[in-house]
Amino acid sequence: MITFEHIRKQFPDGTVAVDDLDLELPSGKITVFVGPSGCGKTTSLRMINRMVEPTSGRILVDGEDVLEKDPAVLRRGIGYVIQHAGLFPHRTVVDNVATVPHLLGRSKKERRAAAMELLERVGLPTAFADRYPSQLSGGQQQRVGVARALAADPPVMLMDEPFSAVDPVVRDQLQQEFLRLQSELGKTIALVTHDIDEAVKLGDTIAVFRAGGHLAQVGTPQELLERPADDFVRDFVGRDRGFRGLSFESAASLPVRPLGEVGGARLVLDDSGRPVCWEGPGVRGGSAPVEGTFTAHDSLRLVTDLALSSPVATAVRVDGAGRADGLVPHHDLVDHLAARRAPA
Amino acid sequence: MGDDTPYLLDGTHWSGPTGIPHLLLAHLGYTGVALLCGIAIALPVGLYIGHTGRGSFLAINAGNAGRSLPTLGLLMLMVTLMGLGFLPVLIALTVLVIPPILTTTYAGLRNVDRSAVDAAVGMGMRPWQVLWRVEVPMALPVMLGGLRSAALQVVATATVAASVGLSGLGRLLIDGLSVNDYGRVVAGAVVVAVLAIVLDLGLGLVQRYVVSPGVSGRGLRRRGARASAERLDPDLL
Ligand SMILES: Nc1ncnc2c1ncn2[C@@H]1O[C@H](COP(=O)(O)OP(=O)(O)OP(=O)(O)O)[C@@H](O)[C@H]1O
Ligand SMILES: [Mg+2]
Repeated sequence: MITFEHIRKQFPDGTVAVDDLDLELPSGKITVFVGPSGCGKTTSLRMINRMVEPTSGRILVDGEDVLEKDPAVLRRGIGYVIQHAGLFPHRTVVDNVATVPHLLGRSKKERRAAAMELLERVGLPTAFADRYPSQLSGGQQQRVGVARALAADPPVMLMDEPFSAVDPVVRDQLQQEFLRLQSELGKTIALVTHDIDEAVKLGDTIAVFRAGGHLAQVGTPQELLERPADDFVRDFVGRDRGFRGLSFESAASLPVRPLGEVGGARLVLDDSGRPVCWEGPGVRGGSAPVEGTFTAHDSLRLVTDLALSSPVATAVRVDGAGRADGLVPHHDLVDHLAARRAPA
Repeated sequence: MGDDTPYLLDGTHWSGPTGIPHLLLAHLGYTGVALLCGIAIALPVGLYIGHTGRGSFLAINAGNAGRSLPTLGLLMLMVTLMGLGFLPVLIALTVLVIPPILTTTYAGLRNVDRSAVDAAVGMGMRPWQVLWRVEVPMALPVMLGGLRSAALQVVATATVAASVGLSGLGRLLIDGLSVNDYGRVVAGAVVVAVLAIVLDLGLGLVQRYVVSPGVSGRGLRRRGARASAERLDPDLL
């Protein structure tokens, strides 16, 4: 656990970047710092490993005051990932990854073995081990950056906009893999972003900062989307928060209709019962493929999207084996969404 | 005199205390000692200023001031103050070495990718480790560029030693001029030029060997932009 106690940072030029910050980052979880540019996210993050020294207040990592430790020793026990990876261009990929084990005095053989394993973990072919950073794409460099931060298996990781310098497709892929990795490793992570979508996607807890280093709200993504504390958070979370909030609601309680005719169209199944296409006079051109399905474990956001994009405005539910077992026409979905807001 | 054999092809010029090998060795000696002294002064200062960012005005101004000092004038001043000998020559040549080493060391370090340095500090390197494991290896091409240009200048300028009675290839120029033996003057100029070329090629080989392929890009199949080190041409500093 990381605890900020009355943390204040005033730079020599008088700028107050963080003012009286009290915050707890639970162990084994991802806490995202999000907020507009210049609101003190990076400063707060860098105070954890003493890259920035607080003016007053205390920061505890697992109960120990970071200000009482030797900064270099402290930092070797905390993973650190930055926006442009910051790889060492003169060292090969494997040597980059082995940086902290090297500082900790591990043997060459041990370092290399650990680094190779980590490269695989972050999804890089081990053939890349002896390349130099300039021979990698931006996304690959960022993976090496993550592997390097993990190399000494630190319990805590600090990540400053780790995925913002890559294009959206690669970013999405890196985010997915990051979540998979975290589900295996369970690190205590502080992650800075200015992108609320990334915060919602990655955060177990989100801390929304406002200018001057004040906290506007701390909560789960769902709490933030459903109950923004004030206008600032509401604005920051964005116009489509209602729609995005649906990603946290399960489709399990959604009523479905038995397979049959909807809107002048019929669902065609293959031999094993999987949906193939819609057919009938209600479909333009007489027939259209079923492009997506959901299961009871998916979110209402997916169901809504499926219903909106279906040629007959109907989402198709399937069971674990992919066999169609129910239909949700969009007016049923609307009724369900309305009902869940109604007073009991 | 009076014979037509070119100076360099006359065997008698290749032996004895005024023979070319002897002059060449003395010349190399002046050059080497001046380079070592210049490096001993400029390198630590350049590393300190480049690493900390403190006192950069010193690096810039020392560079400009040093470059505009006429070596011959400085040498005469030194001789006037301390008499003949090797020391005034050494001082004059060392003053020549300091600016290129100082400015390229400083500029090389300052131009190291800040995010690499930030990552190095954030991973727990101590300042000394950041300097030697990250900053210097990345700045090396620029720093060696400074060394090469310093070496070229000193090799050419070390001829002034002869003007205050010392040895070196300058003897061929000074003595040749004093007896109107232009063959000897030309021979001196040619030998100095060849020496400069050989020295530069040698340092080029050293550079090839000590700079990481990840920085120089040598022998790599590259993707993306050219390495940051190649952005800085030492001759433009
Ligand atoms: N070294 C410094 N000296 C003076 N002011 C600084 C320094 N570092 C940051 N600041 C100021 O402190 C404030 C917070 O900066 P910080 O980098 O923490 O913002 P941020 O939330 O990370 O913003 P961004 O999203 O743009 O990265 C800003 O006003 C910034 O200008
Ligand atoms: Mg920032």
